[in-house]
Amino acid sequence: MTTVGTPKPSLHLAGTVLAMRDGKNSVVPETSKNLDPWTKCLIEFKHSQDAEKFAELFAHFAPRVKAFLMKSGASATLAEETTQEALATVWQKAEMFDPARASASTWIFTIVRNKQIDAIRKQRRPEPEDLPWGSEAPPSSEEILVVSDEQANLRRCLDELPDSQRQMIEQAYFGDLSHYEIAELTGLPLGTIKSRIRLGLERLRYELKKN
Amino acid sequence: MEELSLKHHLPDAILTAYAGGTLPEAFSLVVATHVSLCDECRAALASLDAVGGALLEDIPKADVDENALAATMARIMAAPPQPPRTFRTQAASIFPAPLAEYVKGGPEKVRWRGVGAGVKQAILPCAGDATARLLYIPAGAAMPDHSHRGLELTMVLQGAFSDEVDRFARGDVEVGTEDLSHTPVAEAGEDCICLAATDAPLKFKRLLPRLAQPFFGI
Repeated sequence: MTTVGTPKPSLHLAGTVLAMRDGKNSVVPETSKNLDPWTKCLIEFKHSQDAEKFAELFAHFAPRVKAFLMKSGASATLAEETTQEALATVWQKAEMFDPARASASTWIFTIVRNKQIDAIRKQRRPEPEDLPWGSEAPPSSEEILVVSDEQANLRRCLDELPDSQRQMIEQAYFGDLSHYEIAELTGLPLGTIKSRIRLGLERLRYELKKN
Repeated sequence: MEELSLKHHLPDAILTAYAGGTLPEAFSLVVATHVSLCDECRAALASLDAVGGALLEDIPKADVDENALAATMARIMAAPPQPPRTFRTQAASIFPAPLAEYVKGGPEKVRWRGVGAGVKQAILPCAGDATARLLYIPAGAAMPDHSHRGLELTMVLQGAFSDEVDRFARGDVEVGTEDLSHTPVAEAGEDCICLAATDAPLKFKRLLPRLAQPFFGI
């Protein structure tokens, strides 16, 4: 078991320097013209715990999270409640966000999905074992940019899909329990994301074997 | 941390339903247990989570309450201090962490019930229509010949079994659908322990197991 202390929520003023708490934090890529602004914002929040940064994230994600929950069948009241809970979790778990593995939107999606299963579907969510990756060297800005590019590419491809195909995908993510036997997703560049993660896992296994 | 060369993975459709959060709990338990041992499916799952992220980015916005940010900040401030972050890493037993959480330990904690011919099972509590169970098949013994009304996922945790389809060893998942009728036989050597999830009662072909079916609860 490895433990890493979670910082207490605290209010900082806007513009706080990125705190390097333990010298192991990742850096925000400097030449980040292509870096997804919300991933950048979340990295900055992760280091600063700055309430103004959080407010930016909130303004962007809360209306989308609520819409996502309502599209999945939650009432407006329940969706509002769950949105607030999910965004509170974003603050509390920001320390665990690893931009070399997922974009901000993907990471927040997983939080929302888990809240939805817990609060709306009232089921447990068995989760795979954690891998201790990301606990070694901080991700390089190049790794972060690759994730950002992949996510942008995925969005573009999703936008360009024919309606029927997109509906099938939406059904898988917004659908209900009685329709889980859906067709496999096609037409999306998932192979590149999968290969990158797979490579990262191989490296990790190698490192662990060495130690 | 264990690394396996698995041969039989989860179908993409099952991983997609898990990523989308629409898979019933019993199947999700098999997915989480398999992914704990399988880098291939872990990577596939990460790519499917990214689809969820892309959908979240693209969805037309809904109006949130005027004071939603303030209410969320109040929640954050009122929350008890977060416990130190804990990694759920591999248990010392043959049960990966997600399964160990259901059993509250390793194989020694399982409350087996005999179902005949040395075969034992233990039902794991799951919400929803699908059920999950652990199966214990003595080395060399056969499971009763059965087919499925719905979907069955069987993952090997210890030992190995073979049936009409192939051989399945630790970490492998066999997907049973309506057109699969099979008689899994545990290999000689180690007793075989499997995690299985089904969304409909199994249909047994031979008379005796069929009669015994309500009693087994399978």
